[in-house]
Amino acid sequence: MKRWITRGVATRGVLLAVLVLAVALPLLAQAPGPDYGEFNFLGLDRRGAVWIAAQLHLLFAAFVLGVPMFAVVIEAIGMFGGDEKYDKLAKEFTRLLLVAYSATAIWGAILVFFLSTLYPRFWAYLTAIFAPSMWVYAGLFFLESFTLYLYYYGWDAWKKGAAKKAHWCLGIMLNVWGTIVMFIANGWLTYMMSPPEGLTADTAPQTVQLWSAINNATWMPINIHRLLANVVFGGAIVGAYAAYRFLTSKTDEERAHYDWMGYTGNLIAIGALIVLPFAGYWLGREIYEFSQQMGITMMGGFMSWLWIIQAFLIGILFLAGNYYLWIGMGRIPGAERFQPYIKWMLLVLVLGVIVWATPNTMIADRDEIAAMGGIRHPFLQVLGVMSAKNTAVNLMILTTFLSFLMYRRANKDPVVPWARAGTMLQGAAFALCAVIVVFYGVYGYFVTAIVRIGFSVYQVLAVLATILFVIGIDMAMLRGARSRGEIRWGRMPDRSQYALLILAVTFTWLMGLMGFARSGIRQHWHVYEVIRDTSEQAFTPALGPAATIISICVLIFFGLVGLIFWLGGLAERSVYQEAEAKVKAGQEGRAALGDPMPAPSLGDVD
Amino acid sequence: MKRYLSHPFWQGAIVVVASYVAFEYVIGYVLPVIGVASAPVPSSVIVEYMLIVLVGVLLYMSADEDRWQRFREPIRATMVQPDRRTVRGILMVAFPVLIGWLAYERVKPSYAAPATLRAVHPAPPNQLTFRGETIELTGLENPLREEGSMEEHLAVGKRIYVRNCVPCHGDLLDGQGHYAPAFNPVPADFTSSGNLPQLTESYVFWRIVKGGPGLPREGTPWDSAMPAWETILEQDEIWAVILYLYDQTGFPPRTWEEEGGHE
Repeated sequence: MKRWITRGVATRGVLLAVLVLAVALPLLAQAPGPDYGEFNFLGLDRRGAVWIAAQLHLLFAAFVLGVPMFAVVIEAIGMFGGDEKYDKLAKEFTRLLLVAYSATAIWGAILVFFLSTLYPRFWAYLTAIFAPSMWVYAGLFFLESFTLYLYYYGWDAWKKGAAKKAHWCLGIMLNVWGTIVMFIANGWLTYMMSPPEGLTADTAPQTVQLWSAINNATWMPINIHRLLANVVFGGAIVGAYAAYRFLTSKTDEERAHYDWMGYTGNLIAIGALIVLPFAGYWLGREIYEFSQQMGITMMGGFMSWLWIIQAFLIGILFLAGNYYLWIGMGRIPGAERFQPYIKWMLLVLVLGVIVWATPNTMIADRDEIAAMGGIRHPFLQVLGVMSAKNTAVNLMILTTFLSFLMYRRANKDPVVPWARAGTMLQGAAFALCAVIVVFYGVYGYFVTAIVRIGFSVYQVLAVLATILFVIGIDMAMLRGARSRGEIRWGRMPDRSQYALLILAVTFTWLMGLMGFARSGIRQHWHVYEVIRDTSEQAFTPALGPAATIISICVLIFFGLVGLIFWLGGLAERSVYQEAEAKVKAGQEGRAALGDPMPAPSLGDVD
Repeated sequence: MKRYLSHPFWQGAIVVVASYVAFEYVIGYVLPVIGVASAPVPSSVIVEYMLIVLVGVLLYMSADEDRWQRFREPIRATMVQPDRRTVRGILMVAFPVLIGWLAYERVKPSYAAPATLRAVHPAPPNQLTFRGETIELTGLENPLREEGSMEEHLAVGKRIYVRNCVPCHGDLLDGQGHYAPAFNPVPADFTSSGNLPQLTESYVFWRIVKGGPGLPREGTPWDSAMPAWETILEQDEIWAVILYLYDQTGFPPRTWEEEGGHE
């Protein structure tokens, strides 16, 4: 109770500060004064300050919005399946939220403070349009925080029967509040990207309809993209937490528990990642439809090099995600039979990354350009276009799914009479899907761009349909399957955990880079083609300085997340240490009596 | 020999060396010999590819505990065993020398222009002015496709191209005109599938009308020598030469999408 009050006071204090700032500062800003406030801190200008605050706020917000989504699902699995270890896992996920929630609010307050003091006129403009939604936002923030406290601190009190169901409903409400809060904030930022038609610099902000400002061209695509990305990010950070706890574990039980938790986090992250490109694709199309200039700036213009960096980072995600599964197969009896396939799957992934990372126009010196006859390579240019890249990424997704399928099946032997036919059917589905993906990839070179765009939809649909079909067969086929032995949780080499940490860092970096692309395509506009940026930072930073700022954000984020992990581990560690002490005491007592002690199993301690 | 081939460390080394040979020599020199259009791969791309291959090899070797132990055996033996002292000594000298040489190569003074990071396509404005007339580019189609005789338009386009564009863009439209070697970047190659078919005619219109001086501030320096042809050509002449470009290369222009956007 005391901890609740202490943490609650911190967060509520920040919330109150945000509310006061949100209301008072715009009023101050409306008074005549300069358009921009002065800021210089160790060479960081006003845009850098807002950038860092916004990025860190977004990273923590993504985490606190993503984790409740799967925490509530895992709690439901535990509640309806009757397996208490899922309930404990969901609670442990939620514990990480508490400190992260305060961090989100703190960075939100800093962002509001920076906006209102460094961009006073623009902030006044935004508040003139969005003030009612800001009040709703603040109100929902309160609701969300109190729901979170009730959800976490009521976990053990409301553990049985109807109380447990009510507790689960609190988790659902937590998600509802969080989602609405995110949708509202997305309305503000997407307004800056794609304001409604007909607005000019002379349009009085008070005359802009609130709903038309919120429901702009890119609002819903961003909502969906962020919703999915939050799950990916939450899963990855939880995986990193589990990896950290695994690496610092002192007992086998602790290692087993965090190995399982890391696996679950990774599964959530990679699972949600597979559908994320659809939402990204939708967002990209909406951006193009809203403004050709913005679309070309993003994909073919000066932002195009970001996509090569993105290709590298996504390559790391695929390689690290698969690598983790392959190493994990070392702790599963029966997985040896799948070992020979790993090198072929790796070959597909490596070739996929190579295709994805091949630039359309290459970084080359004068002699190299002369040898190529231009900035496109005569042979490799076929890999630089979307047909090749879409084919590569779809095959990589398919390969990753195959890795997961092997992992899932490693220690199981199906007993249904149609097992052989089922496996052949799954193999045929994989083969057919690969043929469809490659066919449309190759055919794409022979049709117009407008037709080719549609092909990527067919490729993605083929992959998704295959995943659903194959997993459906697998679930039916493995019902009542004979086990080759239990998974030896905790028997993982340390390097597997570094794969989880790399995944989390890569996701964070990726969010920063792609966020820069989304925001940067506005170029020298606060509100695209409505309110011009007249400050001395009215230019889009080059990739180098942008990457530096983003990397600073990633470092600060992981510094703070490390603190959260440490805090999150304090209480849990004492439980494990108590358990370890008990085990030791028991061992000594039993040894004195000459009685061998049975090994404790997963879930004995928490 | 067989002993080496079956050892993970040497298998990994063979994959790395073979990949380098493929990227550097097969793509660069063998393919042109057998009639496939190719050229030496820029060093930036070779580094990129080799990094990916190296990571792939290391992941494969360490994905299985036994294989990982065997992979590390020769490295460990070289580092600690007394009978490998000579090899160890050579490596201890060779490795820093290699790093030093690479560092020197990067920092030594050079008169060559630095390798540049160029955008694929500059972003066009939503509208432009042609001798004072404002033209909306979004949704703009080539007006000559709907009026007059296509044969005549193509004849005009051909005449305009030969008189004005050939010196840089070449009589084969491949960017290899007489003046081309003097330019960096080289003139656009219209026969490349990465150019005309990716662009709407309105985009090509903008590039011809405004040329290098009209390129956006973002993504600079463009270093484009393309003149702003609005001072020399009429609108219809520019649309005609666009028709000619698409006709000669056989590419259809990119069309505007009713609901969706571009790729």
